[in-house]
Amino acid sequence: MNRYMIHLNSKRCIGCHGCEVHCKTNKRLPVGPILCEIDHEPLKPVKGVPKTEFSFRSCYHCDDPFCVPVCPTQAMVKREDGIVYVDQEKCIGCMACAGACPWTIPQLNPATGKAIKCDYCMDRLDQGLKPACVTKCTTHALKFVRLEVV
Amino acid sequence: MKKSVYSMCGMCTVRCPIRVEVEDNRVTWIEGNPHLLDHALCAKGSAGMALVDDDERPRQPLIREGGRGAGRWQKVSWPTAYDYITERLKKIKSEYGPESVVLSSRGGPWQNMYKTFIHAFGSPNYTNHDCTCGRNTHHASLSINGVGRKGFIYDIKNSRHMVLFGRNYFASLQIAQGNQLLDMLDKGGRLTYVDVRQTMTGIKATRFFQVRPGTDYALALGMIHEIIKRGIYDKEFIDRYVSGFDELCTFIEEYTPAWAAKECGVKEKAILAFIDEVAEDMPKVIFHPGWNLSRYKDSFYVSRALHLLNVLMGNIEVEGGLIIPKGAGDCGFKGIRMLDCPKPDIKRGDGVGWKYKHFDKGPGLAHLFFDAMRTEDPYPIKAWIAMRHDPFTGMPEPQRQKLLFDNCDLLVSIDTHYSEFGWYADVILPESTYLERDNPIALQKGTKPRLIVRRKAVDPKYDTKPGWEIFKQLADRLDISEYFPYNTIEDLYAWQLEGTGYSIEDFEEKGFIELTDKPLPLYERDKLDGQFKTPSGKIEIISKKLTEAGLESLKPYRSPNKPPKGMFRLVYGRSAVHTHGHTMNNPLLEELMPENSLWINRRAAAKLGIEDGDLVDVTAQNASYSGTIHAYVTEFIHPEAVYTVHGFGRQIPLQTRSYHAGLSDQKLMAGKLDDWDKAGGAINLCEAFVFVQRSTRNPKRRVEL
Ligand code: SF4
Ligand code: SF4
Ligand code: SF4
Ligand code: SF4
Repeated sequence: MNRYMIHLNSKRCIGCHGCEVHCKTNKRLPVGPILCEIDHEPLKPVKGVPKTEFSFRSCYHCDDPFCVPVCPTQAMVKREDGIVYVDQEKCIGCMACAGACPWTIPQLNPATGKAIKCDYCMDRLDQGLKPACVTKCTTHALKFVRLEVV
Repeated sequence: MKKSVYSMCGMCTVRCPIRVEVEDNRVTWIEGNPHLLDHALCAKGSAGMALVDDDERPRQPLIREGGRGAGRWQKVSWPTAYDYITERLKKIKSEYGPESVVLSSRGGPWQNMYKTFIHAFGSPNYTNHDCTCGRNTHHASLSINGVGRKGFIYDIKNSRHMVLFGRNYFASLQIAQGNQLLDMLDKGGRLTYVDVRQTMTGIKATRFFQVRPGTDYALALGMIHEIIKRGIYDKEFIDRYVSGFDELCTFIEEYTPAWAAKECGVKEKAILAFIDEVAEDMPKVIFHPGWNLSRYKDSFYVSRALHLLNVLMGNIEVEGGLIIPKGAGDCGFKGIRMLDCPKPDIKRGDGVGWKYKHFDKGPGLAHLFFDAMRTEDPYPIKAWIAMRHDPFTGMPEPQRQKLLFDNCDLLVSIDTHYSEFGWYADVILPESTYLERDNPIALQKGTKPRLIVRRKAVDPKYDTKPGWEIFKQLADRLDISEYFPYNTIEDLYAWQLEGTGYSIEDFEEKGFIELTDKPLPLYERDKLDGQFKTPSGKIEIISKKLTEAGLESLKPYRSPNKPPKGMFRLVYGRSAVHTHGHTMNNPLLEELMPENSLWINRRAAAKLGIEDGDLVDVTAQNASYSGTIHAYVTEFIHPEAVYTVHGFGRQIPLQTRSYHAGLSDQKLMAGKLDDWDKAGGAINLCEAFVFVQRSTRNPKRRVEL
């Protein structure tokens, strides 16, 4: 069961793309892969003010992930707490996972030749910290939510 | 080895407080100082890591070999570079006098070091970049309140209504203030935004006025009219502290909201509804007086009008209004030592202080040195040292500037990256990046004054040096070392803190030293005498200084020129992922925004056959420069204007990512180098018109073989 999610408060988000760079620098990613994406709708006037809604997307950490079973080396793993991550030791960079994912979430890290994707910054979580994107969001618009099992 | 270092960001001049984690001399994590920013940082702040790693920056001192701008450099040692510069400075001093040397910097908390250097050398000519930034706002505030732009802090968090005329808080980011604004909105506060286009800030607004470019003054006058007419002003405050109110009432009579609405292209009803809100929200309404207001021919008067609106609100030293920053003295603290050398008693080369008496003498006005270069009046200008300042990116028409700078025998650039000016200069002294250097301690005024400092997180990756060492080394060679009483940064810190009871270790706990636990109380409202440092000691609606300079205080409105047929007014601005010309070559920021685009109104674009995403050629009025970029077609920009992000179109081949990427707005500003505001001092950057046409580079067919 997926136990976490990242929630974006669109009212506070200013589309500054900080989260994307916070994520990349935390993982020391080169130019190329971007693990989370901020997007917005085209502007539409609401009571005379052109407005928009923002969205944040990293990886859905699917309950039944498409990317996991296709991996020929069992490098794509779903942890007990629901996090889907790439075991860098095992990954051979074939990118079958990206092909299987409906949103092509896994990306190739040109620096290592292996797949990379959002892992909810599990190394940080395991230290009791929050993900990089959430921690450093310019306006505190991102929240890391722990889902309760009922 | 792991360590954690508190420091100050250096990706833009906001200088947010940061905490840096380092492992084996490599930065692994940068975040906003948790004590002040709750970890928040912007994209640029995180991309600081890529700045340190970037090898497309000057990695050792360089002395020019070929012609200026040819890009042929000799790599030299630091002593060689210092000797080269000092030898030439000494020669220039003996031939033309010390005043023929100008030093420009980017202002900020360490400008006293650069000022000390140039003053000790014997020249009064310290200047900064502000003539293309906040000078109009600064001078507007001085003329009314007797204190400059930084004479007030905006208590955004506690305000009920922020009114922003083009102050794009969420693109020209200040993290702390931006969060305050969002908090205020979360609490149900209001935000009114005025601009020629919709922006990141405007989309958060509760009211938006899209005005015709250059008509901000009309809108502000219409607001003043209605506020006075309805009596929505603080009569007591005005009686007690303000002079010239009657003159304002007479002056404002003709500028009705109906007139303003017509002039600006907005609805009168909207202005009246806005005034209803102001009546509810006062005095906690802040009219932001602008920051980068070096724009229109009347920007100085726009800023004055905005200041006057604050005065009418009576929001000075009121919670949720404009607060007078408190300093060391208010905490019973004697302050720290700062490097200092009195200004030599010589007329400034830019005329400020003698020819132009109403301007702040501190940094003068950089663009007025060009006249002196050309005419040698009042004396020749023979050397320019640019400390982190890039005249070619900041000021219009670098093409013309080059010819003028050719009158100089020595051009030096001190910077972390190649600036456009640096590329043309004779010597480049590479400063270490902000993560690789220490900076002196500074005092930050506010409701909670504190001491702040930038500390080195990692050792310099290349053969670069910190500014404090560069100036010390130059000073030693120029026999003015007594003004730089230190050898190491530890010496300097100890000297600054001597007698305060603090030591540099005291910064380690939080990254700053708080001089008070609790915010200092506001000054009492009936004891504000002495706070307004105008000639009369009152808030002067009719400024004595302006009158003496033969300038109007209440300037009648003049409608802006319409762009000639086939042309548009060029408006520039910023995005949240770049800092002017500094960051375009940063790999991680370039990845987010590799080039700028041209915003153009949908109807105007249709007339020119331009569709969204098409390449367009943008050409200066005198055809001296043309650039080709993609069009962003939108209804949310006024049809008279086109807009682009400043800082692109760079021409430094060694910056492979930003080389010729996008177009340079400042190169399009034909004739603007000497189009400046005689009252406010700043350059009128948005008074340029450009040609726009669909580019022939849009592919019709692909021919490969
Ligand atoms: S850092 Fe925060 S405010 Fe900026 S784009 Fe990401 S979620 Fe939005
Ligand atoms: S990569 Fe795609 S398939 Fe795999 S967990 Fe994420 S969203 Fe699901
Ligand atoms: S949770 Fe971590 S890995 Fe996922 S997008 Fe945020 S910073 Fe990147
Ligand atoms: S706004 Fe961003 S770039 Fe500027 S100082 Fe703050 S963190 Fe650094």
